[in-house]
Amino acid sequence: MDILYLLIPLSLVFVAFIAVVFLWAVRSGQFEDMEGPAHRILLDDDLPPSSGESTQTKKTSDNDH
Amino acid sequence: MEATYNYKVVRQFAIMTVVWGIVGMLVGVILSAQLIWPALTEALGPLAPYLSYGRIRPLHTNAVIFAFGGCALFATSLYIVQRTCQTRLLSDGLASFVFWGWQLVIVLAAVSLPLGVTSGKEYAELEWPIDLLIAVVWVAYAVLFLGTIVIRKTQHIYVANWFFGAFIITIAVLHIVNSAQLPWILGGDASSWWKSYSAYAGVHDAMVQWWYGHNAVGFFLTTAFLGMMYYFVPKQAGRPIFSYRLSIVHFWSLNFIYMWAGPHHLLYTALPDWAQSLGMVFSLMLIAPSWGGMMNGIMTLSGAWHKLRTDPILKFLITALSFYGMSTFEGPMMSVKTVNALSHYTEWTIGHVHSGALGWVAMISIGSLYYLIPRLFGREEMWSTRLINVHFWWSTIGVVLYIAALWIAGVAQGLMWRATNADGTLTYSFAQSVNAMYPFYTIRLIGGTMFFAGMLLMAYNVWKTVAAGRAVNDARIPQAVAA
Repeated sequence: MDILYLLIPLSLVFVAFIAVVFLWAVRSGQFEDMEGPAHRILLDDDLPPSSGESTQTKKTSDNDH
Repeated sequence: MEATYNYKVVRQFAIMTVVWGIVGMLVGVILSAQLIWPALTEALGPLAPYLSYGRIRPLHTNAVIFAFGGCALFATSLYIVQRTCQTRLLSDGLASFVFWGWQLVIVLAAVSLPLGVTSGKEYAELEWPIDLLIAVVWVAYAVLFLGTIVIRKTQHIYVANWFFGAFIITIAVLHIVNSAQLPWILGGDASSWWKSYSAYAGVHDAMVQWWYGHNAVGFFLTTAFLGMMYYFVPKQAGRPIFSYRLSIVHFWSLNFIYMWAGPHHLLYTALPDWAQSLGMVFSLMLIAPSWGGMMNGIMTLSGAWHKLRTDPILKFLITALSFYGMSTFEGPMMSVKTVNALSHYTEWTIGHVHSGALGWVAMISIGSLYYLIPRLFGREEMWSTRLINVHFWWSTIGVVLYIAALWIAGVAQGLMWRATNADGTLTYSFAQSVNAMYPFYTIRLIGGTMFFAGMLLMAYNVWKTVAAGRAVNDARIPQAVAA
């Protein structure tokens, strides 16, 4: 099973990489808030402005800015 | 000039998902018909070799996994990363390159596999020139996706992006290591320059192949589609994920455990016994994160179950999760050596794969696309919700017929192969076990055809939606909801 001399080190490098990413995520505060992110994607309204008036809505809003 | 999202690449991939889904599943239907009528495509005369079972079987697997599943993942991941990071993709040029590069890979596969050009490694059949192209496109995709995360406008990286990120990085490593090969042209024979031989030999090659094969299932067909699930289930249900904390635990535990389960594909082979047992143990452990994730998705509907009655998109998503739960229970069971002794090499395995591939992967993709397509084409909803409902029932009944038929077929096959007479001779010849398969193959063909027909309904519905809508080229990036 010489192949394990490739696969095991490869897996260990991988695990080390995962561990580094995990530590970065923890230290940079990615997991501080375990409620907010779940709600935040729902606040993001991705429905297009209703068809027909879409260009108009865009124009008026362009003028606003 | 207002900042906008890049919807173009998402739209391209979304439409191609439907197209390749139809192509890949049609090939599947032809294959299952060939099992009942082996001479089916013989009538085509000179064309017959190109449609022979051995050549179009890899065409089917490559088309549904990498063309249909791949396009669905590109579309959803590039949509989700933009919406949740509230920023446009890193580069429009790179996005176009990923789209056209991937389509080129698919077309090359569709030409080379029927011609019989194959490296013979399951799910990695494509020859070295295509392998190199895949590597380049994949690295471009990685830069595009991860780069977009780097330039994000939000502090937090939504959990779906973690799943997609893990999928992208792992697939890159798996593909490059498993596809290490020596092109035959280096051996001095230019007549078949596309031919190559694996860098590994014998059981070593088998081990690398199933380390790849299993993790391709794990990270391509599971992790990535979970990313899809963690975005589209909450969005469609209008409720936050049941437990965000659990989703994080799900992510890290899945990643740490999945990598080691590959040897269960090689039980009772020349692989050392301890490696087989290791694979089995890790496979059993996988039940925990898998079921945690399934519960998390399904319980998102807790308190809003009534939505399942009226919303066919949600039906697709939740049924997909149920199939995910079912196949992630069945898989570990099949990796138990005593069960595997019966199930290995039988139709049961094919049934298991399709409960995951049709029930989980295809249904979660279909549900997500029904959510996505109206938004990409300036519509509030799909042209016909009733057709989505019909599609849902055709697919569900189709999958159930398919997997139930192959469960029975597989167990029957396994029992017939191992049955012995009192004097130790085999009770049944191999041909007898083949003969016993006909009724189940027929039911499987009916189930598969129903699923395929559902995709045609979807294509019609998508066509009508797109024709009535207008491509949204400039979806505006809202002001950060919260930093």
